[in-house]
Amino acid sequence: MEWTDQGIVLLRRRHGETAAIVVLLTREHGRHLGLVRGGAGRRAGGVYQPGNLVGARWRARLAEHLGSYSCELTEAIAARFMDDALRLDALAACCALLDVALPEREAHTTLYDTTLDLLRGLAGPDWPAAYVRWECKCLAGLGFGLDLESCAATGETENLAYVSPRSGRAVGRTAGAPYADRLLRLPTFLADPAAGPPDAADVRDGLAITGHFLDGHVLAPHDRKMPAARTRFVDRWRRSATMPSR
Amino acid sequence: MTGPEIDRLIHFLAKLPGLGPRSARRAALHLLKRREGLLTPLAEALTAAGAAIGTCAVCGNLDTTDPCAICADPKRDPATICVVEEVADLWAVERSGAFKGHYHVLGGVLSALDGVGPEDLNIARLVRRAGAPEMKEVILATNATVEGQTTGHYISDRLADTKVQVTRLAHGVPVGGELDYLDDGTLTAALRARRSI
Repeated sequence: MEWTDQGIVLLRRRHGETAAIVVLLTREHGRHLGLVRGGAGRRAGGVYQPGNLVGARWRARLAEHLGSYSCELTEAIAARFMDDALRLDALAACCALLDVALPEREAHTTLYDTTLDLLRGLAGPDWPAAYVRWECKCLAGLGFGLDLESCAATGETENLAYVSPRSGRAVGRTAGAPYADRLLRLPTFLADPAAGPPDAADVRDGLAITGHFLDGHVLAPHDRKMPAARTRFVDRWRRSATMPSR
Repeated sequence: MTGPEIDRLIHFLAKLPGLGPRSARRAALHLLKRREGLLTPLAEALTAAGAAIGTCAVCGNLDTTDPCAICADPKRDPATICVVEEVADLWAVERSGAFKGHYHVLGGVLSALDGVGPEDLNIARLVRRAGAPEMKEVILATNATVEGQTTGHYISDRLADTKVQVTRLAHGVPVGGELDYLDDGTLTAALRARRSI
């Protein structure tokens, strides 16, 4: 068995003294593990950082074997954000979430493309909104897409202000007002793609929505917990009173 | 074939880094062949090290005294702390001879994979040390990896309430390095950290 593919490094786990088990999100083969001989060494350190894009060749005698990877660095994405705490946390959160949420060896081509766009776009000015939208797409890719097109109660498409924590559907401002304390606040940038850039509170609300559904629908049913990297990212975002420097 | 003592020796040697069962057998045979010249002195050295070496209560370094020789050295600058992940990193910085301040060994980095959170690292003591009135600078010398830098940013946040200046090691082209042979990540970091001359 052998294939080549592009992959995003999600995780590197030491295996013995010199080898590592590397988890990649590949375009055509989904989240896929493989052994990298020498992957724990210093030379490989720069290649197998979470978020890096690699060209991967996977080989195994049988398809169900772990197999071994040989990878070549295509794009050193992680190195771009080493100095930026928030962006680095976002990158780590993205990779940790994919590692914990995605099933093994199931192609998610759209999610792969979206993730690569996010990682490349982290350097841009609108990355916080892009990150929240990415988590929404991640939910959709895993079968738990949010319906933010119209109000679940009245069908109205304007003035959407809340999200139902049960159904994941948007709720209008008027219809949701009596239940506001039990609903999740829907930031404008999620309801209306044409809306202007979000402020820090909008992003915080967006992260609260995606976090609620990731936790309840994706992770909890498999007895998994929210990755510490995402929790750290959200905590840091909460602590940042204003939008980060762009 | 062998007695329980030799099996036990091989068993423990095989736990050392770089040694598997086969090489542990070779090492055990070598030790037993050179009983007087190697085995006995090694056993004595191991016993002495086990009895005498402990962890410095101030910085986390390994030494026979507590506080360690570095913390107790009056010639070193007590207003500067270099934060490293492991004792091996402390030794590496010491070998360079370029730093004459004090150290702080974290004992690892934040790692969700290994279940290492902030409470598992030696961070609370660092915050206490950094809060001392004479403290001026904390140098974060964590590795240039996502986990190392994430830990560095976390410590930087924790030290935000203190008055110390928090700096980190530069990332970039190594001395003697040729650009053509550098990996993309190092070159990217070097370009980002460029400075005026």
